[in-house]
Amino acid sequence: MSLKDIKKEFPIFSNKIQNNDLVYLDSANSSQKPQVVVDRIYDFYTKEFSNVGRSIHYLAVAATNLYENTRTLVQKYINAKDKNEIVFTKGATEAINLVANTFGQKYLKEGDEVLLTELEHHSNYVPWHYLRKSKGVNIKFAEMDENGDVTLETIEKNITDKTKIIAITHLSNVTGAILPVKEITKLAHSKNIPVLIDGCQGAPHLKLDMQDLDCDFYAISCHKMYGPTGLGILYAKKKWLEELPPYQGGGGMIREVKKEGITFGELPNKYEAGTMATAQVIAFGESIKFINKIGIENIEKHERELTVYGEEVLRKNNSVKLIGNPKDKGSVLSFTLDGVHPHDIATILDEDGVAIRAGHHCCQILHEKLGLSATARASLGVYNTKEDLDQLNESLKKCKKIFS
Amino acid sequence: MDLKELYQEIILDHGKNPRNLGKFENFNKDAEGYNPLCGDKVHVYLKLNEDKEIEDISFEGHGCAISMASASIMTELMKDKKNPEVKEILNDFLDMIKQSPELKSQLIKEDEKTKLMSLSGVKRYPMRVKCATIAWHALASAMNYKKDENNSEKFI
Repeated sequence: MSLKDIKKEFPIFSNKIQNNDLVYLDSANSSQKPQVVVDRIYDFYTKEFSNVGRSIHYLAVAATNLYENTRTLVQKYINAKDKNEIVFTKGATEAINLVANTFGQKYLKEGDEVLLTELEHHSNYVPWHYLRKSKGVNIKFAEMDENGDVTLETIEKNITDKTKIIAITHLSNVTGAILPVKEITKLAHSKNIPVLIDGCQGAPHLKLDMQDLDCDFYAISCHKMYGPTGLGILYAKKKWLEELPPYQGGGGMIREVKKEGITFGELPNKYEAGTMATAQVIAFGESIKFINKIGIENIEKHERELTVYGEEVLRKNNSVKLIGNPKDKGSVLSFTLDGVHPHDIATILDEDGVAIRAGHHCCQILHEKLGLSATARASLGVYNTKEDLDQLNESLKKCKKIFS
Repeated sequence: MDLKELYQEIILDHGKNPRNLGKFENFNKDAEGYNPLCGDKVHVYLKLNEDKEIEDISFEGHGCAISMASASIMTELMKDKKNPEVKEILNDFLDMIKQSPELKSQLIKEDEKTKLMSLSGVKRYPMRVKCATIAWHALASAMNYKKDENNSEKFI
């Protein structure tokens, strides 16, 4: 599939949004959906719908197979060793909550340390915060440097003999920093510390290989990968999924239930209690196929070129100050505009059909460090073009004019 | 529409050069308004005398042009106002910013109405209404007003 005409695969771009062509620069928040994904949801509900994993009628068996096919597609996409290392959740947030909750319950005690970074999204801080309250666990934040990076050395400096788990982002949704997650994992493992990677921004943009990366947990958000909302993935090494207790209780995750006691099901059912987001899982299979058709390497190359172009364009605009200059940068362009608050920027850009995000992007710790209450952020996806970034720059000039 | 309607001269002026900005020394009431969506904060300081008259008022904070302008205009307007008037104006403003086409209170002078109505452009931008009301909610807290149980938009 050629990248040139890729916008045509996404029906939203053929509609006018408030009489404008849509310039969508908010993919780090959520990506748009290709027609194949939208169609798959429709087809499943209209022709194939049944609950999965329970009944034995024709539709139930077919739906179960479709559901499990996606698990295999995900396994291959991230090169996990075993398909049962893929757990479907309601989002990356739930994936991290699952680990914080079950790992915390079993392995953490008062005085133990969880090491995060200052880059983390609230969803990779708040779940750990609960363990402060319930277990007396301490949370440490590895510092972000002036480039918006967190280095291997900084992580190393923050590890103590009390560090029990390291939970870090793969790619910062504000500064764009791509962390040396493989090296961090190697270092952590040399000290017997497991590693969770928040891969919300990694999975849609970078080639993943769980066996090479060797991390213990990796959280994925499907709606940022051209997939449906309400769905996330937790990759966890099999030994953890076997060792850790179940997260939620309910139907589907048990083996035998008696008044005296309960035994739990095999993997991956143990962590998939209740009726899952069946249609979303099945449609997400199409998202993976869509990405595979283009090739994640091609997507990454395209987005990296656009990021460099976007930085060039914005640097020429004297009023713009780019946030973050990390060594290795993903397709996130955060910035401020002289004398114009990010929310005013977002409203003015919106009038031109340019959709960006303004605010703290669920990263208040990071913004406090920057000394800013808010930033504006343009983030890219496979469908973006140089023209989109030119339009961004033109609209920013308009902001400046209004406020001059 | 109209960005021009949203970003009128009055708003740009007050947004850039907010009046009554900065904490003053002898305040005796204060409260903070916070917008969790964007992290913007407005802290309102009052010197309230025994007659519940606002002898002095100022604010501190950071935020967008709308929130700064609204806080600035509010502090100008509320200085020297007494308690029941403050509440009436506050409720009238909140009503206007959310639904009512006009300000009804007789306590607000025509030139003051013009200033307040310059903020009415946010009605077209539901996500920005909070920007225009953040300072007003902080003032309500500082004055110890309670929300009406039957109408959460109204202070009693």
